[in-house]
Amino acid sequence: MRIPRFRTRLKTPPGSHPAYRSPKDSFLSMMTTPSTQAGSIVGGVFKQLLKFVACLLALILLVARPVLAQDAGSALQQLRTGSMAEREQAIETLGSDSNNLKLLQALQDGKLFDFKAEGKLVLAQESAAGYQLSDPLSGAALAEVERSAVGKINLNNKLRGVLRKTIALLQLNDADPAIRLIAVQALANEIDDKAVILLRDHLANETDADIKTAINKMLLLQDINSPEKDQRIAAIAALKDLDSQDVVNKLQALIDKDGDGNFLEADSDVRNLAEAALIKIRERMQAYAAAETVFFGLSLGAVLVLSAIGLAITFGVMGVINMAHGELMMLGAYTTYVMQQIMPNYLGTALILSIPMAFLVAALVGIAIERGIIRFLYGRPLETLLATFGVSLFLQQAVRSIFSPLNRSVSTPEWMSGSWQINDFLSLTWNRFYILIFCLLVFTALLQILKRTKLGLEVRAVAQNRGMARAMGIPTARVDAMTFGLGSGIAGVAGVALSQITNVGPNLGQAYIVDSFMVVVFGGVGNLFGTLVAGFSLGIANKVLEPYAGAVLAKILVLVFIILFIQKKPRGLFPQKGRAAES
Amino acid sequence: MNLLSNPLRKLALGAALSSLLLGASTARAEDTIKVGVLHSLSGTMAISETTLKDTMLMLIDEQNKKGGLLGKKLEAVVVDPASNWPLFAEKARELITKDKVASIFGCWTSVSRKSVLPVIEELNSILFYPVQYEGEESSKNVFYTGAAPNQQAIPAVDYLMNDLKVQRWVLAGTDYVYPRTTNKILEAYLKSKGVKPADIMINYTPFGHSDWQSIVADIKKFGSTGKKTAVVSTINGDANIPFYKELGNQGISAEKIPVIAFSVGEEELSGMDTKPLVGHLAAWNYFMSVDTTKNAAFIQQWKDYIKNPKRVTNDPMEAHYIGFNMWVKAVEKAGTTDSDAVQKALIGVEYPNLTGGMSKMLPNHHISKPVLIGEIQDDGQFVTVWQTNKLVDGDAWSDFLPDSKPIIADWTAPISCGNYNTKTKKCSGQNY
Repeated sequence: MRIPRFRTRLKTPPGSHPAYRSPKDSFLSMMTTPSTQAGSIVGGVFKQLLKFVACLLALILLVARPVLAQDAGSALQQLRTGSMAEREQAIETLGSDSNNLKLLQALQDGKLFDFKAEGKLVLAQESAAGYQLSDPLSGAALAEVERSAVGKINLNNKLRGVLRKTIALLQLNDADPAIRLIAVQALANEIDDKAVILLRDHLANETDADIKTAINKMLLLQDINSPEKDQRIAAIAALKDLDSQDVVNKLQALIDKDGDGNFLEADSDVRNLAEAALIKIRERMQAYAAAETVFFGLSLGAVLVLSAIGLAITFGVMGVINMAHGELMMLGAYTTYVMQQIMPNYLGTALILSIPMAFLVAALVGIAIERGIIRFLYGRPLETLLATFGVSLFLQQAVRSIFSPLNRSVSTPEWMSGSWQINDFLSLTWNRFYILIFCLLVFTALLQILKRTKLGLEVRAVAQNRGMARAMGIPTARVDAMTFGLGSGIAGVAGVALSQITNVGPNLGQAYIVDSFMVVVFGGVGNLFGTLVAGFSLGIANKVLEPYAGAVLAKILVLVFIILFIQKKPRGLFPQKGRAAES
Repeated sequence: MNLLSNPLRKLALGAALSSLLLGASTARAEDTIKVGVLHSLSGTMAISETTLKDTMLMLIDEQNKKGGLLGKKLEAVVVDPASNWPLFAEKARELITKDKVASIFGCWTSVSRKSVLPVIEELNSILFYPVQYEGEESSKNVFYTGAAPNQQAIPAVDYLMNDLKVQRWVLAGTDYVYPRTTNKILEAYLKSKGVKPADIMINYTPFGHSDWQSIVADIKKFGSTGKKTAVVSTINGDANIPFYKELGNQGISAEKIPVIAFSVGEEELSGMDTKPLVGHLAAWNYFMSVDTTKNAAFIQQWKDYIKNPKRVTNDPMEAHYIGFNMWVKAVEKAGTTDSDAVQKALIGVEYPNLTGGMSKMLPNHHISKPVLIGEIQDDGQFVTVWQTNKLVDGDAWSDFLPDSKPIIADWTAPISCGNYNTKTKKCSGQNY
């Protein structure tokens, strides 16, 4: 029997499973036994041939499943303790078997851990005591351990790329078309010859129309570089209506020159076609860029309006210069943080619940400020300014003492992350989109409160003529407190929105106070619509200027413009008219 | 009759009292060696500097447990310059003239250091500055334990160019002296490596910038030409979170366009939602995740001292650790806390850093450090993906700016100058 020699030649890794080896051994001996018998009848040549066949068969069998399973075992080991390069190999080994998909996805999501005590890989889910472990392959539940008992399997960027591709290749045959589409899109980023062949094969079996289009697009993109002229021209014709950055890059590459000044694409027909297509796409790109700028402007405007709208009430309607307005926003943002700490597993719900909570917290603090300080200072703007500035410093330091001077981390729920990808040239980020809508909602709600509720009526009455309102039996002191509370509460609500786009820290308020005053003054003191229009127009102006002037200069230009504007029209965009304006 | 009505008696009592007070204060001054801690505990910079104050207190405490220095106890004098640059100078003067501190550990921003500089030089004291900075400075009285550009920015760019094959560069920074100078050096360096001006995009934003939509959209466009693009970020502390959030939201992942930051460390990450940051890079001379016994001991000591197991350590803390221990060694070597003697003794002092090397104070008042590049993980820690195989000597005057190329700093005889032109063989006379 010469089989053992075969095996040594095939370099079976040491420590291979005897359980897997034995059936094969017997199978091999069955195969070779007839060959020796035949050899005795026919002769040496045939015997040699049969031996060769047997050897081939043995090779195929050895490469088949048993070795795979055992490779997977060592791959897991490599994944657990290996270097980044070894981990990459391990991922590729594991990627050849679709049973490992779950494990690879866990690795991608950062849920795969090294269970140090037992020296094996586990899936870990955060639990009350630390982590709830489970087996990565079978999914069977294991022990619950402390945080320090497990160490996360780390990845680097290269590995993440490899992992994404490996997972995409496995998912290409998933039953769910949505997953298949994601897989195809993931492959688009890492396309190579192997992937192209695979996708061509897949296209024949694919039933879903969207996926077919996506694959076709990828293949057409490859065709732009095809050696056949017809194929290149057909690809350009098919692709020229697509809004895709890849198409632009490929077309651009066709009309570029190399270092010696020769065109990379020798054929002038193709070049002209590409150039014409490129001009068309560039036109569309410009239109999308304009739309994008408007969206950026609106979303910046929404933030400005949100932060200014509370001030429009306290400063615009009541005439109180409240320097602590920014700190009331900060309180709203910290309320969001506290809410998320209270319900760490329901980030989205916590965020929505923070809206009323932040309103309450900021409104109560606002009322306390009004009752405690401001009411003694009505009619003395300078003292109010200084006193509220003092309050702002007090609130900042209070937050530093309670929460630490470091910024706090407020998480963004899943539905507010990412962007609404309309095409390659236009995408709207969800958080900005929601904040824009939120801003409009808050504005409408505030308008309704002022127009339709008793409090609103009283607020307007007191703002117009305090003496007369009091004579009509309106408790002006109480209305003042409520108005200030309303303005402060809205500042708190704005803080919730700000927590989603900026730092939650003691300095949050300072960053927005100047902008808020700017918006209110520009819009016209005492006019809510003015605030809305001013906020949006300043936002758009800023964003239109930014690409040309840079962020620093754009801000300065906007400030200069406002100074000049106020010189001309001291009462802002929408000045109050009639007798109310006289006082 | 009242005892004090007699003027003579009053005088005598006054004299007795004052002599008692004086005696007490001189006795105290002899008992302890005072160390000034000049870090903002309020205002914008409190976020970063408070930690360094605590680090100093811990190091001093530790030294006292070991028996102090020259047989005396160390005493920390903590003042709060409140993130107000002119106040830094006033407080420094107060520390030196009133409290008679032997040396000062402090400052974070370059502008605060520049504000303290004339005072420290006039009064001939010692300042240990623990933060990475733009270079182009070497004062007789300042010891720079943070990284110079050649210990952070240049190796980071090398890594991106050689390992990640980056061809297009976005240099994004906050609009002040450190990013502007660093970017000037980087731009010159990139051009010297054959990068075309069209492949470099430079962008500055105001402090605390929070609306990154247009800039990120620009970066996205800049990076979509098919050539590998990276962002070299000198964006300062606070503005980083909205920046990374916007990157994440606009779908720019670390694999597509990696961002390498010089001001984002463990401490900053602990206040961030790290999801959008995973995979982005940072270049430092120290990471909390570095696995050495010295580092593990330091982390444990810090957690015990601050009584919070969740607190992290970072690069400027290590700089203070090295700087303080170098100062202790130099004082022991000189046998006195006298400023001139200690300045002299400090040059050449070696102390092991926390990443396993032996840092040395060089004649240009900078130290040798390893350079590490790490990828951000979702737990707010870094995984080291690249590091220099030996320590890099800090270079005060960049070799990539034409004006500062011939200039060196050497505080040993015969040059003894922080701004010596090797071509004209002249010291500029200016101390920094």
